[in-house]
Amino acid sequence: MNARVLLLALLLPSAALAQGFAGLGTDAEGYALPDPDHRFDFPEDHGPHPDFRIEWWYLTAVLDGDDGATYGVQWTLFRAALSPEEATGWGAEQIWMGHAGLTTPDGHFTAERLARGGIGQAGATADPFEAWIDDWAMTGRGGTPDALDAIRLTARGMEFAYDFSAEATGPIVAHGANGYSVKSQDGQASHYYSQPFYEMAGTLTLPAGEVAVTGTGWLDREWSSQPLGPDQTGWDWFSLGFDDGSRMMAFRLRSDTGRDYTTGTWIDADGSAETIPAGALTLAPGRTARVAGRDIPVEWTVTLPARGLDLAVTAMTDDAWMDTSFPYWEGPVTVTGSHEGRGFLEMTGY
Amino acid sequence: MNRAALGALLSHWRRRPLQLVALVLGLMLATALWSGVQAINAEARRAYDRAASLLGGTELARLARPDNAPVPLADYVALRRAGYLVSPVIEAELDGMTLLGLDPLTAPPGVLPADLVEGAVDFEGFAGDGTLFVSPETAEQGLSAPLPTAISRDLPPGTILADIGRVAALSGQQDPSYLLVAPVQPPGLPPLSGATALELRAPDAATDLGELTGAFHLNLTAFGLLSFGVGLFIAHGAIGLAVEQRRPVIRTLRAIGLPLRRLILLLAVELLAIALAAGLAGVAIGYAIAAALLPGVAGTLRGLYGAPVGGELGFDPAWAALAVLIALAGAAVAGAGALIRVARMPVLAPALPRAWAMNHSTLLRRQGLAAIALFALAGILTTGAQSLVIAFAALAALLFGAALALPLVLTAALRAAAPLARGAYGEWVLADTRQQVPGLSLALMALLLALSANIGVSTMVGSFRDTFTGWLDRRLVAEVYVRADGDPAALATRIAPLADAVLPVSSVDRPLLGAPGSVMGQADDPAYRETWPLLSAEPGAWDSLHAGEALFVNEQLALGADLSLGDTVEIAPGTALPVAAIYADYGNPEGQALLGADRFARVFPEAEPFGFALRTGDTPALLDALRAIGLPDDAVTDRDSQKRLSLRIFDQTFRVTGALSALTLAVAGVALLIGSATLAGMRLPQVAPLWALGQTRARLARTEFARALALAALTFAAALPTGLAFAWLLLNRINTEAFGWRLPMILFPRDWLTLGLLAALAAGLAGLGPALRLARIPPARLLQVFSNER
Repeated sequence: MNARVLLLALLLPSAALAQGFAGLGTDAEGYALPDPDHRFDFPEDHGPHPDFRIEWWYLTAVLDGDDGATYGVQWTLFRAALSPEEATGWGAEQIWMGHAGLTTPDGHFTAERLARGGIGQAGATADPFEAWIDDWAMTGRGGTPDALDAIRLTARGMEFAYDFSAEATGPIVAHGANGYSVKSQDGQASHYYSQPFYEMAGTLTLPAGEVAVTGTGWLDREWSSQPLGPDQTGWDWFSLGFDDGSRMMAFRLRSDTGRDYTTGTWIDADGSAETIPAGALTLAPGRTARVAGRDIPVEWTVTLPARGLDLAVTAMTDDAWMDTSFPYWEGPVTVTGSHEGRGFLEMTGY
Repeated sequence: MNRAALGALLSHWRRRPLQLVALVLGLMLATALWSGVQAINAEARRAYDRAASLLGGTELARLARPDNAPVPLADYVALRRAGYLVSPVIEAELDGMTLLGLDPLTAPPGVLPADLVEGAVDFEGFAGDGTLFVSPETAEQGLSAPLPTAISRDLPPGTILADIGRVAALSGQQDPSYLLVAPVQPPGLPPLSGATALELRAPDAATDLGELTGAFHLNLTAFGLLSFGVGLFIAHGAIGLAVEQRRPVIRTLRAIGLPLRRLILLLAVELLAIALAAGLAGVAIGYAIAAALLPGVAGTLRGLYGAPVGGELGFDPAWAALAVLIALAGAAVAGAGALIRVARMPVLAPALPRAWAMNHSTLLRRQGLAAIALFALAGILTTGAQSLVIAFAALAALLFGAALALPLVLTAALRAAAPLARGAYGEWVLADTRQQVPGLSLALMALLLALSANIGVSTMVGSFRDTFTGWLDRRLVAEVYVRADGDPAALATRIAPLADAVLPVSSVDRPLLGAPGSVMGQADDPAYRETWPLLSAEPGAWDSLHAGEALFVNEQLALGADLSLGDTVEIAPGTALPVAAIYADYGNPEGQALLGADRFARVFPEAEPFGFALRTGDTPALLDALRAIGLPDDAVTDRDSQKRLSLRIFDQTFRVTGALSALTLAVAGVALLIGSATLAGMRLPQVAPLWALGQTRARLARTEFARALALAALTFAAALPTGLAFAWLLLNRINTEAFGWRLPMILFPRDWLTLGLLAALAAGLAGLGPALRLARIPPARLLQVFSNER
C-alpha cells in the first residue's frame, strides 16, 4: 500500500495534530532506509520495524450483510517513531494510531485511537502475531503455515463495532522488486507486501443492531522512513478484486510539478504477481462529489492497455470520509467495464 | 443659544466650587471602590476559571486507588485494552508547584488548556521537546532548574503542565497518580465500576473554587456596593442642592425663552460630562486600589482556600468601560429626581434653598415606614437565613433600614433633649440643630453606614482572631514539628532519641460524605487529650477514639453534613465509625475526620506519616539537635514560629476587609465635610439674628462646632447597635455558611472608643471650617442679611 495517512502530517502542516508528528521531519536522518536487497523474513517482518520511521498494518474489506446490503470496512494501525532511539516506558518515542472505518450504503462511520508505545497500550508482535491499540486488535489465530493465514480482527467506535475472522486463500504478495516498492522518480521507496486473498466472516454492530457479514479482505503491510518526494501532494490508491479471481493494486502519487507517478501490481488468481511499470497505467478522475467541503473524485477510469483493461471504478458511497486527525477518503468501490469486481479506494491530499 | 444657556448654568460651579468638588468626589469615590472590588473579583474569577478548566475541570470522573497511591501502569493498560477510555495523569511537585503530566494522545477533549489545543502554543513541543507549560505568573518567577518552558495563558499559577513522559522522567514515577475517565465510553462495554478495583470518583462539584470562595467575593462585592451607595448619597445631595440654588438662573433662562426641553437637555449634558470625568477618575483610582489590595487578596485566597490567584492585576478595557457606565448610571440615579423637579417647576417659582433642605417632613415619614419595613425584612431573613445570599440580603436590609431611620432617631433624640436645654440660647441651639438634620441627613446616613460596617467587621475579625489564637494554643500541642520527606520510618528512628515523645501525624485525602476531605491519624498522647480543641464530646470519647471504636470530626464536616454525636461516618469502603467528638478546625476549608493511630494504620495501610510532632522540655536544644542530624531548616518548625506564621496568614486574610472598611469610613468623612460646608453657607439668615441679639461670633462659632460633634456622637450612638447586629449576622450566619464554623462574639469596647474618636475627628474637621469662617465673618456680611429682601 502506498505512503499513507501519517505522511499527511508532513504534507499538511496546518492540520491540528500534524505538528505533533512534525518531529518526523522530512529527512530520514538516524532512521533505517528501505534496502532493495532486503528479502522478507516471516514471521519477523509481520512484526514492527522500530528503526524505520513509519509503518502500518492496513486491512480493507468489502462485505455482504445478511440484510442484503454491501459494507466496506477498514482497520489500520499506524506506527510513527519520533526518534530512531528505542526506549521503554513513558520515554518510548513511538506513537501508535488506530483508524477504523465502516461504510454502509447510506453513510460512513469513523473511529480513531492514539497511544504511545513502550507501555503496552499499543504495539505489534510477530510471533505470535498481534497488532493492537487499546481493545482493537489484529490477532493471528495460530496453527497455520504463515502467521497471517488466519486472523481475527476487532475494533470499536462510539457508533459501531466489528469482529471478524479472516482466512487467506492465497499467498502473500510482495510489491515492486521483492517488496522494494518505488514511490517516485527520485527513488523514494518503501518495503511493501500484501495478503490480498482473505475470505472474511463476522459481525458488524451498528446503531440499528448486529449484521452478519461475509466477503473478501486485503491486508497491506508497509514500512519506510521517507517514502514521499517533497513535491508529492497526495495519492489515489486502488485495491481491486475481479470476478475471475485476479487482483490489482494501483496508485498514483500526485505531484505539484506535474510529475505524477503511477504504478501498481497485477496479481493472478494463483497469487503470482507482476509489477506494472511506471506510466503503463492511467488513473483518470471523473465525477466529483462535495465531501467535507472538498471536491473528491468518486468515479474513475482505469486503463491498462497491456492487459486490455478498461474499467469504470465507482464509489459505493460518496461520503466515505475518514474524519480523523488527518482526514482522507477511504471506501468501497464497484468495478465495471472490461472486468467486473469490487475493491477499495483511498484518496488523500484533497 | 445653547452656548449662552450652558454658560449661565455652568457659572454656578464657579461660584460654588465646593459643590462641584462634592459631586465629583461622590461619583468618583462611588466608582472607585466599586470598580476596584470588581477588578479584584474579576481577576480572581479568571484565576478560578483557569484552575477549573484544568484537566477538564469538574466535568471528568477519576479513577484512583482508595489510598491515593499511584495506579499501577499495568492496571491502566489493562483498562485501555479492555476498551475503556481512560487517560493517565502523573502528578508530581516541582519548585513547590504542582507538576502535571498528561498524555495528549488519550486525554479526553477539554483536558488540555484551550490555547495548547488551538495551536497558540506549539503543540509539537508538548510531546516532543519536553517543554514545561507554565502560567504567565510562573514564567515571570522562573523555575529553579534551567528547563525549557513555554507560557500557556489558560494555566493557573502554581501549576506546571507537561507531557507525561517528561514528568515521568523528572519525577521518576512511572505509575499514573490517577486516571481521567472520558465522559462517554464506547457502547457495548460492561460498566467501568465493575471492571476495576480502582475507586471511581465522580466529578466533584465541591472542588469548584468559584463556589468555595463565593463567600469571600460576595463579602468584597457587598463592601463595594456599600461604598457605591455612600458615594451616591453624596452625589445626590450635591446635585439636589445645585439645582435648588440655580432656581433664579433657571427662572431667568426660562423667562427669556429657553424651552424647557432644551434646559433639561443642557442640565443632563452637564451632569453627563461631570459624571464622565468623575467616572474616569474613579476607574483610575479603582484600578490603583485593586492593584494595591490584590496581593493581599491573592494571599488570602491561597491561604484560606488553596485558590491559585496571582498577585498581578490585568487591565480589562471591558471592566473600565463598565465602571464608567456604572458612574453614569449612578449620576443618573442621583440626578434624576433633581431633573424631574426642574421639569415640573413653575416658570416663576422663587428660589427656596432652605425650604428644600427643610421640607422633608413627608419624606421623613416615608423614610420611617421604609426603615420599619427593612428592619422587619432583615428579621425575617435572619430567622430563615440558610444561604449566603439571603444572609447578605439581611445585612443590607439592616444597614439601609438603620440609615433611613437615622434622621427620625436624631430628631427624636433632639426633641427628647429639649427639657434639658437651659435658657433661650440652649433651646434655640436644640431647635436649630433639629432643623439642620434633614440637610445633613444624607451625609450622616453615609457616616452611619460606614461606622456600622466598621464596627461589625472589626467585631467579627476580632472575635475570630481571639478564638483562632486560643485554638492555635490548643491545637499546636507539641513543641516541635518535623516534616517527613522520603522514608518516615527511618526518620522516626533517627529522631526518637532526641525528643521526649515522637508522635507521627498521618493523613489521607479522601471524600467524606460526598465532599472533599481528609482523614487524619493521631497518636495517643496525654497532651492531645488535655488540649485538643473539642467543641462537644461524648463521655470517654478519647478512649473510644484510641480503641478504634469511634472517630472525631471537625466542625466543618459536622455542620456541612448535619452530623451529631453518635452519627456514623464512612471513611473507607466498609469502614464506618460513630462520631464521638466534634473539634474546632479553623482555617481548613474541608471536612476532616480524626482516627486513632492504630485504627488509621489498619484502614489505610499504605499511608505513611507526613510528619512528626515532637514533645520536649527544651525546644532550642531539640531544634539544634535536629539541625545537627542534618534535617533541612524548612522541614522543622517550632510551636512559636508556627503560631506566628498562622497569625500572620490570618492577619493578611483580613487586611482587605479592614482596608475596605477604612476606605468606606473615609468616604463618609468626606461626605460629612462637604455636607456641613455646603449647609454653612446657607445658614447666615439663621445666625445673623442671634448675632444681632447680642451673641458673639465666637460663641456662635463654638456652638456650630459643638453641634457638629454632637451630631456625629448621636450618629455613632446609633451606629453601635447597628454594627453589633451586623457583627452578629457576620459571625452566626455568614461565617457558618461561608467557612463552616461558628464563632463566639467577643466585644471590643476599646475599638469602639477608637472609632468613636475617629468619627468625632471627622465631624470636628467637618465642623471646624464653617465654625472658623463664622468666627471671622465680617459683621457687614451679617448685617447684609437684614438689608437683603429676604
